[in-house]
Amino acid sequence: MADQADTTPQSGDNRPALALHVPEPRSRPGDPVNFADVVVGKAGDQPRPDESTKPEEMKDLAYDLVRVLGDDSKAHGPWDPKLDPDTLRTMLGHMAMVRAFDERMFRGQRQGKTSFYMKCTGEEATSVAASMALASDDMVFPSYRQQGILIARGYPLIEMINQIYSNKGDKLLGRQLPIMYSSREHSFFSISGNLATQTPQAVGWAMASAIKGDSRIAATWVGEGSTAEGDFHSACTFATVYNAPVILNVINNQWAISSFSGFAGGERTTFAARALGYGIAGLRVDGNDALACFAAQQWAANRARANQGPTLIEYFTYRAEGHSTSDDPSGYRSAQEREEWPLGDPVMRLKNHLIEIGEWDEERQTAMDLKCAEEVKATTKEAEKNGILGHGMHHPFHTMFEDVFEELPWHLKEQAEQATRERITKFGSERPYE
Amino acid sequence: MSTETKTEAPVEQAEDRRINMIEAINEALDIMLERDDNVVVMGEDVGYFGGVFRCTAGLQEKHGKTRVFDTPINECGIIGAAVGMGAYGLRPVPEIQFADYIYPGLDQLISEAARLRYRSATEYIAPLTVRSPFGGGIFGGQTHSQSPESLFTHVAGLKTVIPATPYDAKGLLISCIEDNDPVIFFEPKRIYNGPFTGFYDKPVEPWKKHKDSAVPEGYYKIPLGKARHVTEGEQLTILAYGTMVHVAEAVAKEKGVEADILDLRTLVPLDIEAIEASVKKTGRCLIVHEATRTSGFGAELSALVTERCFYHLEAPVERVTGFDTPYPHSLEWAYFPGPVRIGEAIDSILKD
Repeated sequence: MADQADTTPQSGDNRPALALHVPEPRSRPGDPVNFADVVVGKAGDQPRPDESTKPEEMKDLAYDLVRVLGDDSKAHGPWDPKLDPDTLRTMLGHMAMVRAFDERMFRGQRQGKTSFYMKCTGEEATSVAASMALASDDMVFPSYRQQGILIARGYPLIEMINQIYSNKGDKLLGRQLPIMYSSREHSFFSISGNLATQTPQAVGWAMASAIKGDSRIAATWVGEGSTAEGDFHSACTFATVYNAPVILNVINNQWAISSFSGFAGGERTTFAARALGYGIAGLRVDGNDALACFAAQQWAANRARANQGPTLIEYFTYRAEGHSTSDDPSGYRSAQEREEWPLGDPVMRLKNHLIEIGEWDEERQTAMDLKCAEEVKATTKEAEKNGILGHGMHHPFHTMFEDVFEELPWHLKEQAEQATRERITKFGSERPYE
Repeated sequence: MSTETKTEAPVEQAEDRRINMIEAINEALDIMLERDDNVVVMGEDVGYFGGVFRCTAGLQEKHGKTRVFDTPINECGIIGAAVGMGAYGLRPVPEIQFADYIYPGLDQLISEAARLRYRSATEYIAPLTVRSPFGGGIFGGQTHSQSPESLFTHVAGLKTVIPATPYDAKGLLISCIEDNDPVIFFEPKRIYNGPFTGFYDKPVEPWKKHKDSAVPEGYYKIPLGKARHVTEGEQLTILAYGTMVHVAEAVAKEKGVEADILDLRTLVPLDIEAIEASVKKTGRCLIVHEATRTSGFGAELSALVTERCFYHLEAPVERVTGFDTPYPHSLEWAYFPGPVRIGEAIDSILKD
């Protein structure tokens, strides 16, 4: 909460001096961790209203934390989606694969095979479990930390790695920064570097679906830091005005690079509570509880599909690693935070649940982790045959000029010709430059 | 002065049917809403009310409120939602009430709409046409008069189109809506009702006395990227667009100068062939726009003419533009690049 202001009156004036409050996280590097402000209720205690409930009638859920998996690793309460063991194992498998993939790609960046990578460690449930509650042709507008959606939707790993390496297999022709994936076939929208821009786009897509009388819905993911962007306000306003069939997923992982969630407005309220001001249904969910993530997304999808309108879901989680390969979190936060995060690890919690219900064991987990690591390793080797970043140009350079417009206008034709001349000057005409 | 020509064969024009630019724009939207179920028209006050300039009058009643609808006052949301609609497969035609208010939507236009085809390698496109009234000469003051076209011509992936007549407004707008690239369609609001010539102390003639207000009723297109020859002459080339086409034409006529006037119509992609042919013929070039001077589109035109026609030039390329100030209210006619400023520039170019 706010530091106490110095209210000593200024001389000659009996009004108290105003004081600017600049938020400060509870622990910095070297400090003991303090998660005193994180209130974690008992799993199963949160009511599950009907999907047609009015937002104002379920406002407590915007301040609570929907939880299914208890400390006993059992599923509790009305939000238990009651998934069959095969689905749970599939979910666990996707999450394990995301983790293995992140490990390998991070290492690939450190080895110089690509320029950049971003892990989603600790947040796997918010993409994998949530997206498994959607239909495969529901359109998703992700941010850069939802690689779990692609993996859950069966997007080939090799396509992801080709994109990360900007190699000749990269369907985005080396134009995009690593991890800025796009797959129309998997109803996965092109990722942009500009934060929160996808949120009004998702609403517009959902409006279009409603205009055409379609049955598909849209879902978007945005970090809690990016909710401070004006686009998020635009998205919420349009979503509520047109009762758009859209789900606004806010991943509150506590950190926006080095800024803690207080700088996005998280000190005095929850992100889910913002929904109430717009007249949108708001849910606040344990983001490390895969079953709660699935259940919340399913609730919101049912609501949207029944023309009951949009839902804003805050997934309360923790960004366990640095922001990106260009970031070192030891410069701004306590190193112990990750271990002491009160909601634990999403993969471990789901694994323990499966073991608890007698549908899994440590041996199978070890074997699965190994299989994931081997599959990623083998796929990486396969992708490397298409080249890695820095080993020359993997795409004919004239592709640089294509797709700016549907057709090449005269000025881009001229510039493409200039580039051809430059290639010949540099390499001679015998060198392949196409 | 020779007779006026068009760069392509015009559709048979009904000489007895003359409409203004507002009606022409309304017709283009009506026709496209009729022809293509994926066209949607949206913006502040465009629905029930029919738009603050009446450009969308009657369209909601005719096509229904899920095709033509009002939006919240949120330009970022209008353009952002339109990008999402485009990704779905619609062909949105969002309106920004004044070009002066397009800035909250700039990130969505520059970072998203303009780059979507490129960054997704054609998986997703943004076939939107952003309509927006622009330009001064109406005592609109600082925030109802701006000409921000150079902010958009600088963006790779955007097309910028500006009509100067009712005939062009309809044909160009239909082309923009059918185009698969995002287009900024700036409507010079000073000439919505009549072709303003810059002689503000004289009464403005309505469009019905101008031949380019003879507009065919049905569907026709004017290709993007093609300039219109307004007048042909040997003495100098004048490059203009929007309101300034009519101002330049009137000034040249008043001075008895035989000018080769090109209405550029599309700024990106530009009709460079028409520009080169004209300047190589006349050897002299004047560029006229309302927008502020520094880094305005005139700078690009001047550079292109100098690069491509240098050995044909007999005088420096000149620019007549708005001054590098915010658009003033009471000093409008001192700011506006009107007959005196253009006249002096013509004299200067011709004396060399």
